[in-house]
Amino acid sequence: MRNRFADVFYELGKADQRLCVVVADISPAGSIAKFRSEFPRRFINTGVSEQIMIGMAAGMAQRGLKPFAYTIATFALYRPFEMVRDDLCYQNLPVTVVGIGGGVTYSTLGATHHAQEDVAIASAVPNLSVIAPCDPSEVEAATRWCAVQEQGPVYLRLGKAGEPDFSKEAPEPWVFGKLRQVRPGRDVCILSYGPIMKRAFALAERLEAANKSTAIFSVHTLKPLDREGLIRTLRTYAHVIVIEECAPNGSLAMRVKELAWNADINCRIDAFTLKDAFIHCYGSHDDILDAHGLGVSEMAARLGLQ
Amino acid sequence: MDVVLRHNSLDLAAARRRCRDYRRRILDISQQVTALHIAPAFSCTEITDVLYNALMRREASGDYRDVFLMSKGHGCMSQYVVLEEQGVLSRQDLDAYCKPEGRLGAHPDYETPGIVASTGSLGHGLGMATGQAYAEKLKNSDVLVYCVLSDGEFQEGSTWEAMMMAANLTLDNLVAFMDFNDFGGLERMSDGHPAFYPLVEKAEAFGWEAIEVDGHDERAMYEAVTGREGGRPMMLVCRTVKGKGISFMENVAIWHYRSPTKEEYQKGVKELAEAPL
Repeated sequence: MRNRFADVFYELGKADQRLCVVVADISPAGSIAKFRSEFPRRFINTGVSEQIMIGMAAGMAQRGLKPFAYTIATFALYRPFEMVRDDLCYQNLPVTVVGIGGGVTYSTLGATHHAQEDVAIASAVPNLSVIAPCDPSEVEAATRWCAVQEQGPVYLRLGKAGEPDFSKEAPEPWVFGKLRQVRPGRDVCILSYGPIMKRAFALAERLEAANKSTAIFSVHTLKPLDREGLIRTLRTYAHVIVIEECAPNGSLAMRVKELAWNADINCRIDAFTLKDAFIHCYGSHDDILDAHGLGVSEMAARLGLQ
Repeated sequence: MDVVLRHNSLDLAAARRRCRDYRRRILDISQQVTALHIAPAFSCTEITDVLYNALMRREASGDYRDVFLMSKGHGCMSQYVVLEEQGVLSRQDLDAYCKPEGRLGAHPDYETPGIVASTGSLGHGLGMATGQAYAEKLKNSDVLVYCVLSDGEFQEGSTWEAMMMAANLTLDNLVAFMDFNDFGGLERMSDGHPAFYPLVEKAEAFGWEAIEVDGHDERAMYEAVTGREGGRPMMLVCRTVKGKGISFMENVAIWHYRSPTKEEYQKGVKELAEAPL
């Protein structure tokens, strides 16, 4: 994801001189390093200073530039939260805040580096669009959209590196604000977003083995949420499963249940989110997800599958 | 790009009259609503005036070429009355201050005419001003960004992040005015926070050109800015009096946010009228 973002940003940045990247002491990956050496004045490193990273991005946008603020998700959103809220969102400036390693991607680094509530928190702020692509293909589409949009601030939540392309065969294109089917199916529907999509696909295999034809939708845009698309989906499938790498309070699962209740839809909804807890576990991304109760076998068991 | 710049001029007698009238207008508004910060506006009245009426350059169209960013959002009354005098805001705008039918609040709001940033939470303005100044550098423009801050804002770590970055980027097109009135909302800063000082030395240590001046002396501020060495951002530590111009408000913490009663208002109006220009 990180590398695809860098490749696309480099390509777009060559064509649009307004595009700048403001980082806070994070080493530029892949093509961002190339961008830095070719356009050194449009690559600004504020050092270990996230408040000025966001403040400067706001000021640059106020004078007509299109900055992307870029660092590890916790430091992109939590440390300078009031700057994100007041400088970017209150003033509705078209700045993209790129959070690397959303959720518990940084699995060995402990909770100081886990943005396990980032989607919930970002979604609570007026004017802020929230995008969490599930794979490199969606990162590319989302980055292209962020680079040209003028409507306001965006929190673009990325994983790290090495994610496979889940949506290569997707029957639908990526459209901002729209639910996207990435795998067709008839009986069960899984809603997911971000790198945990890998577990949605793994669980779908278990469901298929139990003769349940399973669709998967990428809810890549968490805000604005595609309410119509979700309600349509909730009416279409008798069983809907939400899998997400986000704390339960303010999660997609909570919002899906609210939508179903308000629209009087009586489908079964199973929610698999991170726990409302700091987990003191250090290992692979999969290890941490397992520790949060999101193991594929554990989810399958909770669904009553063999 | 051919731009005819209309320079403002420093007319000290006119400045003194304007500042008296600005303070009177703010006192008048205080009788319509209770939500306003009089004393913090009175401490930066001359700072705001010298910027708008002497330092900031205009385009041939009359629009300002240079940027004014009020980081100490609670000082915005001093900006509103200047913008009213210049016709950017209307009399009706100020009459409807903090009323639901109006558009002016107790803190400045982005996209209100003449306002370039929404402030009010302290420690945000210098960061945005740094980004604005850097953007102008990238555009190879000669626009200057002026930022007015309270001394209290320099207790925010974010302000020092901006101090470091502005100097790292050698933003010689950024000039900050610190309204050094020595009062926070609660107490005299020099009593409660002695480690806050010295200020000029701190700014210099962070890579800024810095000088302390009398923040009610427009000539001193004008000459400090026009005579600066350049090559780096500049900070004026403007020694001011909170509540300046009304004897019973000067250096009394409660006037940070209190509105005068009718009797206090009349006393204040009388003092302003009788004060020598």
